[in-house]
Amino acid sequence: MKNKNQLSRDRILYLRKIKRDNVLVWTMRFALLIIIVGVWEVLATFNIIDSFISSSPSRIAKTIKELFVENNLLKHIGVTMYETVVGFLIAVILGYFIALLLWWSERIRRILEPYIVVLNSLPKIALGPIIIVWFGSGSKAIIFMAVLIGIIVAIMTMLNGFLSTDKNKILLLKSMGANKIQILIKLVIPGSLPTLISMLKISVGMAWVGSIMGEYLVSRAGLGYLIVYGGQVFKLDLVMASTVVLCVLATFMYAMVALLERFIIKFKMK
Amino acid sequence: MNKLLELRNVTLKYQTPNDEITAIENLSFNCNDGDFVSLIGPSGCGKTTVLSLLAGLITPSSGSILFDGERLSKSNDNLGYMLQKDHLFPWRTIEKNVFLPLEIKKINTQENREYAISLLEKYGLKEFKKRYPDQLSGGMRQRAALIRTLSSKPKLLLLDEPFSALDYQTRLSVCDDVYRIIKAERKTAVLVTHDISEAISMSDKIIVLTNRPAQVKSILYPKLVGDSPLSRRESKEFGTWFEKVWKELH
Ligand SMILES: Nc1ncnc2c1ncn2[C@@H]1O[C@H](COP(=O)(O)OP(=O)(O)O)[C@@H](O)[C@H]1O
Ligand SMILES: [Mg+2]
Repeated sequence: MKNKNQLSRDRILYLRKIKRDNVLVWTMRFALLIIIVGVWEVLATFNIIDSFISSSPSRIAKTIKELFVENNLLKHIGVTMYETVVGFLIAVILGYFIALLLWWSERIRRILEPYIVVLNSLPKIALGPIIIVWFGSGSKAIIFMAVLIGIIVAIMTMLNGFLSTDKNKILLLKSMGANKIQILIKLVIPGSLPTLISMLKISVGMAWVGSIMGEYLVSRAGLGYLIVYGGQVFKLDLVMASTVVLCVLATFMYAMVALLERFIIKFKMK
Repeated sequence: MNKLLELRNVTLKYQTPNDEITAIENLSFNCNDGDFVSLIGPSGCGKTTVLSLLAGLITPSSGSILFDGERLSKSNDNLGYMLQKDHLFPWRTIEKNVFLPLEIKKINTQENREYAISLLEKYGLKEFKKRYPDQLSGGMRQRAALIRTLSSKPKLLLLDEPFSALDYQTRLSVCDDVYRIIKAERKTAVLVTHDISEAISMSDKIIVLTNRPAQVKSILYPKLVGDSPLSRRESKEFGTWFEKVWKELH
């Protein structure tokens, strides 16, 4: 590695340009946010839009504060987070192992293929009433919904990753006398790590879809519940405020997975 | 000389849902201990199939294969397979890649690891043993792949067009490298190729195969001056041998 005072002039200019570009992009990102929020606020203040149906940033902020103080916002966040995280973990872990099973046995794969296709194309929300009857209207039903929505994608993504293992690498291991477990442990699992990471990213999104949809259907608590309730009693401030909180949480959870990805890559390469 | 490998009337038929493909039919040839044998033939004629048979990955439909005088068993610890691409695992260091056969064969002892490392050091990969494959050039990677095959001390090496994924310049030098290492370690090798120059410059014995189903068309014993593939390519008999093999192939 060259040290800094050996860098050529072109290199310095190039690095400077990259840095400038980054600063510009971040500035524009914030500027865009401020413009949207600002225009929204101004339009609402001067009654150009009806803030009763479109709310406004200041009303959203006020509502969040009220929710926090009076209505136990943290409890609602806790409920939704719990359902999402548990649904995510079950879908991901169970999905991974089912995918492994399907990789292991071509026969089982062939037998189950039509069932997976049907489950995949079925709009899971149609099962809502059944879920309510089976699991009641608490967190259990919502977690089940989240798992149902997430697991099929998790299985299919992972199975694809397992099956796309290089045939020649398998051949190479077999020529060394490897059995199927060795092929799995030495090659298929480590080789599909990038697929696992993208599966986790997709599954985070799926878990949110599942838990919020579940809360729309049943629940007596959670952010999805607040949104639906707000809609029913026509309190758009409540709907918007809960949506904003949801955005923040979803981004946070995605960032956690991205962090995990960085960690895995570092661990793997060093 | 001791016959290390003997194929007698080997036939192999692939079964597919629509068809039965006879890939090789009544194939017979020998390979002596210490020989460098090339199998050359048109693409699709069944060369890879022959190597898969020798590696015990598939069993012949009929006929027999003897290794060291005994029928070839399914898990033969005495051979190493090298493919077109290096197939080093990108998540393992070079060193760990080279230990892979030891782990698979459950002979991952201190002694065997030291032997594998000594090979890396002997053949110029000392500084690279803690590196990852993508930090190495194509030529070095192929050398690492060869050392991986050698780490479990096989008697016989099976090479399936190991240079064809490399560009021309690299191919010449890697070809030289591989030859030197195989000879220095006194291994017997069966090389599959469709490159006439490669076959002539490396082998003691060239087996020319027919179109599918593969049968022996002729066997040639090139005698060239020079102790490395590169110098043999420059010997004056090279052209004559090239023409001979070319005629057999067409
Ligand atoms: N697993 C397989 N199943 C069916 N046919 C195969 C299989 N492997 C190879 N073949 C067929 O056998 C013939 C010989 O293949 P191969 O040994 O790979 O030829 P080469 O290595 O000389 O190019 C080809 O026609 C190929 O299509
Ligand atoms: Mg081939």
